[in-house]
Amino acid sequence: MTVPLRAGPALVADQSPSLGEELRTVGMVWERELIRFERTRTRILSSFIQPILFLFVLGYGMSTLTPTVNGFDFKKFVFPGIVAMTVVTTAIFSAISIVWDREFGFLREMLVAPVSRGALVVGKCLGGATIATVQGTIMLALAPLIGVRLTLPLVFAVIGCELLMALTLTAFGVAVASRIQRMEGFQVVMQLLLFPMLFLSGALFPLSGLPTWLTVITRVNPLTYAVDPLRHVIQDAQNLTPQAAARFPVGVSLFGTTLPIGAELGIVSALAVVFLALALTGFRRTG
Amino acid sequence: MAQWDGLLQGSADAGAGEAAVAAVSARGLSKRFGDLLAVRDVSFTVAPGEVFAFLGPNGAGKSTTINMLCTLLLPSGGAAAVAGFDVARQPAAVRRHIGLVFQDQTLDDQLTAEENLRFHAVLYHVPAERVAERIGRVLELVALGDRRRDLVSTFSGGMARRLEIARAMLHTPAVLFLDEPTVGLDPQTRALVWEDVLRMRDEEGVTIFLTTHYMDEAEYAQRIAIIDHGGIVALDGPDALKHSVGEDTVELATADDAVAERRLRAAGWQVRRGDGAVTVVTSDGEAQVARLIGVAALPVHGVHVHRPTLDDVFLHYTGRQIREEHGERQLSGRVRAFHARRR
Ligand SMILES: Nc1ncnc2c1ncn2[C@@H]1O[C@H](COP(=O)(O)OP(=O)(O)O)[C@@H](O)[C@H]1O
Ligand SMILES: [Mg+2]
Repeated sequence: MTVPLRAGPALVADQSPSLGEELRTVGMVWERELIRFERTRTRILSSFIQPILFLFVLGYGMSTLTPTVNGFDFKKFVFPGIVAMTVVTTAIFSAISIVWDREFGFLREMLVAPVSRGALVVGKCLGGATIATVQGTIMLALAPLIGVRLTLPLVFAVIGCELLMALTLTAFGVAVASRIQRMEGFQVVMQLLLFPMLFLSGALFPLSGLPTWLTVITRVNPLTYAVDPLRHVIQDAQNLTPQAAARFPVGVSLFGTTLPIGAELGIVSALAVVFLALALTGFRRTG
Repeated sequence: MAQWDGLLQGSADAGAGEAAVAAVSARGLSKRFGDLLAVRDVSFTVAPGEVFAFLGPNGAGKSTTINMLCTLLLPSGGAAAVAGFDVARQPAAVRRHIGLVFQDQTLDDQLTAEENLRFHAVLYHVPAERVAERIGRVLELVALGDRRRDLVSTFSGGMARRLEIARAMLHTPAVLFLDEPTVGLDPQTRALVWEDVLRMRDEEGVTIFLTTHYMDEAEYAQRIAIIDHGGIVALDGPDALKHSVGEDTVELATADDAVAERRLRAAGWQVRRGDGAVTVVTSDGEAQVARLIGVAALPVHGVHVHRPTLDDVFLHYTGRQIREEHGERQLSGRVRAFHARRR
């Protein structure tokens, strides 16, 4: 008996997904990230413990060493850094769900579906970025305790900075996670990368007047350019006196000039594109 | 939208214009992993609406074959088409028209049954206005309607497997592929899974392609390909396969076996004298019992019809029994279920 191999439905081209189908997939992958996040209450709570500890222990501890200048102190200075820390940690660790999904098989359900890997990666990154932004924004509730003034426009500006930062870091996490097979591997890689990057990003100390070696490292660290805009918008809204602003400076100087906030955001956006591309190639190779 | 319409028709009357279009066809399909020829020169056709089984021991190449048909692995040689689409040239089209149930679980157990299905509906482009109806329908087909809002982590292994079958049917595929769907399940649950699979075929008109290493399960299939060391060693319906290795035997315990033997032989039957019985070798033994008793014309106090089993068939074609592996495979299935539930 002869076997007709390519008869069947009169269809010559392959049926690649349409743009509408791709967008729907992005939305669904995003929604799943949020559902899973909302179901793991212990994870939500525990992810606040570390930044809160940092804020109060480091903030109050260091405030005794660094003088209060016209009502502005180290606690208020470090607060945006702690918000950034919350966002960065949540964003990177949200990518761990890819390693989970691989271990428990669900990744396969996604990879065999007639959708593009791009839609899966974008959905995943947007999901992680949303969660990280929500976490960072919840941290703002501590602002009155620290004495940081919030206004509605300020909150929106902060959310914008958080979203961009979160998207970049989630894409970075996905790029790493898609190349890693085991849970332990991801955790080790992240501990090795995440904490040095956070500590050397200017989240916890001003970026001027540092020794040369530290200046170089902080300028090479991409996180620096994500943290500074957040501090910038928050500190701008606190009506610092010129003396206080000199004691607690914002801005990253590079080759003698202080980068405008737009340039910093541009650098972070460019990094987001690079990491998304790396995440995509990592996902393409995954079987 | 147009694609979905085509898809629906495709599954209902796959190639109605050309009745000869196979649901699955493979010609000389091969897969090489380095030095290992995992699948060698495999050819077969599955008709629309058929239940077709790949039967073979662990490592025979069953999963590798399924993966090639599902476009997850590129063949090293030969060609295959599923639902009329070439697996190498039209992988996206193939994927839209198939449902997949893997050997290992691929549900998200942090989500509810319904959420898993909703996710799948989007991934397989079920039109938004049809999603609720399809979810209700497939859950009803596997009798899990009352568990739709429960987290999958609360499901037993059998329930999870049935949910996976429901999910694979959500987008009305033309062909449903199941790789060892019942491995690691207890016999009652296996029977339930089989009821679900056959119900899908009857009520949704889907073609079933499955693999198993359980002999008794292959009986449910209309045709069986016995695969060993990557090659098909026999392919036919269960009865024909059994016939091919030998005829039925009918044992009659009569009041006087010597007389019975003489009379049956005289009537032209092929007879052996056994221990406390005469044994007649014939085709279709069950249908012959009354006639044999009539010929013997003696009081009969025992009749036993033996038909070759698939075990005999497997032994005949491979020189080995598949049995040895049952214990080990069931254990590994349970270990897997344990791991899947541990988080
Ligand atoms: N990705 C792979 N790389 C190398 N060898 C493989 C791979 N997948 C399967 N094999 C080998 O191919 C053979 C057939 O495997 P498989 O198709 O999984 O068998 P089955 O599903 O019948 O148990 C086995 O010897 C297996 O070790
Ligand atoms: Mg297998």
